[in-house]
Amino acid sequence: MPEVRLVEVSKRFRRIKAIDDLNLEIRNAEYLCVLGPTGSGKTTLLRLIAGLLQPDEGEIVMDGRRVNDLPAEERDVAYMPQQYALFPHMTVLDNVTFGPLSRGRDPAESLRAALDVLKLVRLDERADAFPNELSGGMQQRVALARGLASGAKLMLLDEPLAALDARLRVELRYRLKSMVKSMGLTALHVTHDQREAMIVADRIVVLRTGRCEQVGTPFHVYQRPDNLFVANFVGDTNFLEGTVSKIDSTGAFVELRGGLNVRVQETSFLADERVVLTIRQESTSVKAHGWEGINALPGAIQAIRFLGDSLRIEIRLANGDEVGARVPLARAETYPRVNEKVVVSFKPPDVSVYSTPLRGLAKEIEVI
Amino acid sequence: MTSNMRTETRRLVEGALARLDALSASRVIRKGVYLGALLFFIIVILIPPIIGILLKWNLIGETLQNPSQMAKAQSAILASFTIAFTVSFLDLLAGLPMAWLIVRRRGRWVSVIDTLADVPFIVPTVTLGYSVMTFWSGPKGISGLLGVEYLFSPGPMLIVLLHFAFSYPVIVRLMVGEFQGYNQVYETAARTLGAPTFTAFRTVTMPILKPAIVSAFLLAFSRSLSETGATVIVAGTFENGPVFIRNARRAGQEGPMVLVSSILIGVSVAIFAAISLLGPRLRFPSKKVWTGLEWRLSRQNAAIAKDALTLIVFGLLVALPSLFVAFPSLTGLFDGTLQTALRGSGDWARFWSSLLTSYVVGILATFINILIGFPMAVIVARRKIGNRLTAIMDALVAVPVIIPSVALGVSLSIFWNAFGDLPEFWILVLAHTTITYTYFARPMAAAIQGVSEELEEVGRTLGSRPFGTFRKIVLPLTKYSIFSSAVMVLTRSVAETGATVAVVKQLQTAPVLLVDWITHLETYGSSTVGLGILFLVLMASISLLAIRLALRRAR
Repeated sequence: MPEVRLVEVSKRFRRIKAIDDLNLEIRNAEYLCVLGPTGSGKTTLLRLIAGLLQPDEGEIVMDGRRVNDLPAEERDVAYMPQQYALFPHMTVLDNVTFGPLSRGRDPAESLRAALDVLKLVRLDERADAFPNELSGGMQQRVALARGLASGAKLMLLDEPLAALDARLRVELRYRLKSMVKSMGLTALHVTHDQREAMIVADRIVVLRTGRCEQVGTPFHVYQRPDNLFVANFVGDTNFLEGTVSKIDSTGAFVELRGGLNVRVQETSFLADERVVLTIRQESTSVKAHGWEGINALPGAIQAIRFLGDSLRIEIRLANGDEVGARVPLARAETYPRVNEKVVVSFKPPDVSVYSTPLRGLAKEIEVI
Repeated sequence: MTSNMRTETRRLVEGALARLDALSASRVIRKGVYLGALLFFIIVILIPPIIGILLKWNLIGETLQNPSQMAKAQSAILASFTIAFTVSFLDLLAGLPMAWLIVRRRGRWVSVIDTLADVPFIVPTVTLGYSVMTFWSGPKGISGLLGVEYLFSPGPMLIVLLHFAFSYPVIVRLMVGEFQGYNQVYETAARTLGAPTFTAFRTVTMPILKPAIVSAFLLAFSRSLSETGATVIVAGTFENGPVFIRNARRAGQEGPMVLVSSILIGVSVAIFAAISLLGPRLRFPSKKVWTGLEWRLSRQNAAIAKDALTLIVFGLLVALPSLFVAFPSLTGLFDGTLQTALRGSGDWARFWSSLLTSYVVGILATFINILIGFPMAVIVARRKIGNRLTAIMDALVAVPVIIPSVALGVSLSIFWNAFGDLPEFWILVLAHTTITYTYFARPMAAAIQGVSEELEEVGRTLGSRPFGTFRKIVLPLTKYSIFSSAVMVLTRSVAETGATVAVVKQLQTAPVLLVDWITHLETYGSSTVGLGILFLVLMASISLLAIRLALRRAR
């Protein structure tokens, strides 16, 4: 069973550092999602592990063995690229038997293995079809079956659901995980879709410009982001900049511009220190009338967006800062309209505090 | 073959392939194969065509100090580039609508036109020269029909007409392939946005197909720049670069020959390199739209007129002049010449033997090119030696087609005859391997580039060794390109004349024999010559027909 470790791995493409001094451990039989914006090095990471690229520095270790120089065909992994790369001149069955036959397994045994996984992905009746005769969802399942039949214990999935329509994507993400889990495989699933990562991952790695920003369970990454980038990239977050004005034994007060005040539970900052507060939008409340003061900030509604299952209300605070609140659709009738004055409130435990980055907030959280 | 034998043979083949697969896992072996292909390219393909020039480099000095020779050389070089540029431009103008017509129009007549468009490619070049001259300039051709002595006398105009005819199929064939692979969705999008068909073609299709158009232009340009055998026939006293080289060689003036050859090669390589580098930045004038004019040009009447004009230009400037020489063969079919030919008596014994030589040499050259050209195509397509070196190799692969064929022949002759004991037959095979190398390596590199590298990568992560991945994935996906490139090599080899004349002394290939017959027309008679040409064209047509059928089945 594979356990993969990347130790201080770096990979450059000319001047661009695609992977930068990366340390990462992929545990046996876990479903690990690599989440990051475009250009963060997700695919490069996958290709390094697959053996399609060699690291410039550092070590890749599989089951205790250094595999930096081991060619792709000897690594016992199955790589599934974004567009699936099904061999267009082969039938579904030929595609699926390709792996076991290439690994020197007996033809009869290879055929049996292929038919078994085709049954598992419910495509045994299309074994004689060519890839161009299949729908996108079927092609995805053939690609998965091909990887499963190869006998590889590590599945490397590069945006496996990106080419599918929204409905199918939702349906297949559960099936994908359950199949990998039922066969006891390890999977590294690359995606830029945070919702997908939250749902399927045992653990999530957040990558940015080739560096690991955070590793943890979906709950941990969402609830306790290590830094402002993760807070912004995972979930919808409000950012407020201010200065620590007072600290006591149970928390601190942060003064925003325009004299607005926020109470937080964090006590590890110094008085007069510049900080950034983050509050999840679903933890932010909006009321038409109410008391204004600490953690109850006056503002006016700029826009209301319909999200299907909820509403997103965009508010400009009295000091000019902009915040958003995600509110349930069921209570939509009770909410004010655009341009009406409101009070935005949140609880101290829902506020996280970070030091103001030297290069500025906007630069720190940008995803492009 | 019994089923046991078949099983045994299959087992042996599978065993051998498995051993090759296993060997390919070694990086040293893989590098060795690529190094071997590069060395073969340098030693057999690149050096022989330029060795003659390099060995006689010291003779250039004398020529540089001879003002009259320098003036002649300069004017010949200028004429070569002017003609090549003009012809390639005119060929693009005429070839693009023809390629469009072949791809977009429906009907059996389109297949006939499609086949006819290849005729100048399969007629041996010297024969083509003779045919074009008799059509435009002879008393039995169009001049006689119009009652004038010479519509065009031998000279620059006739060279332009000849080069136009033989470069035409190069453009049409390449652009037909591109139009077939072109995704019409862009054109449809442009039309739904209000662009008439002409505007959609000019502003969307042409810029998208720019690399293919540039490459077609370059191929036509290099063909025009290097052709010697047929040009000599229609040039009269006029000299372009290759004719100058041929005349200088005949007069024993090696200095001017070396000088002009080097300048032609140097400038051509520079043009190729410049276009490769600047090509991506080249912009077609596609922003401005002349609404009224382009709407008129897009109407059905205008489209019909355009097709009619395309067909007239093709018929008058390409098909008829190319086939004109074969018309006397019609007499040969009925006056007993055919029976004599089929019995193989007299001069026909030599003809059949030369035709056999042509095909044996052609098949061997094709086989060697497949074996050696494939790794080179992989090196270029997959950039195995880094981006810069690959770009240089890619440009150098074109060297055999940009050197004037007579200079190429002389150079090859000097190189291979240095190996005293090498039989003339093998010298001819090696020379033809060099001459036709580009015709295999270039299209194969393009075909391999068309196979997504991701397919190979997935194959390897599924446990397949590099050679296994190549034979199970790349090879099946490029088999039709292999087949068509191989037939292109064979056809080119069988029709080659200019360089072959310079290389062989005893052996005769069919085109060389036909040159002899044409130059002694009074001795052999026009029906014999016409029938000889007809046989050669028929053989080549069968090869081309085979490709077309195979490709159609593949599609």
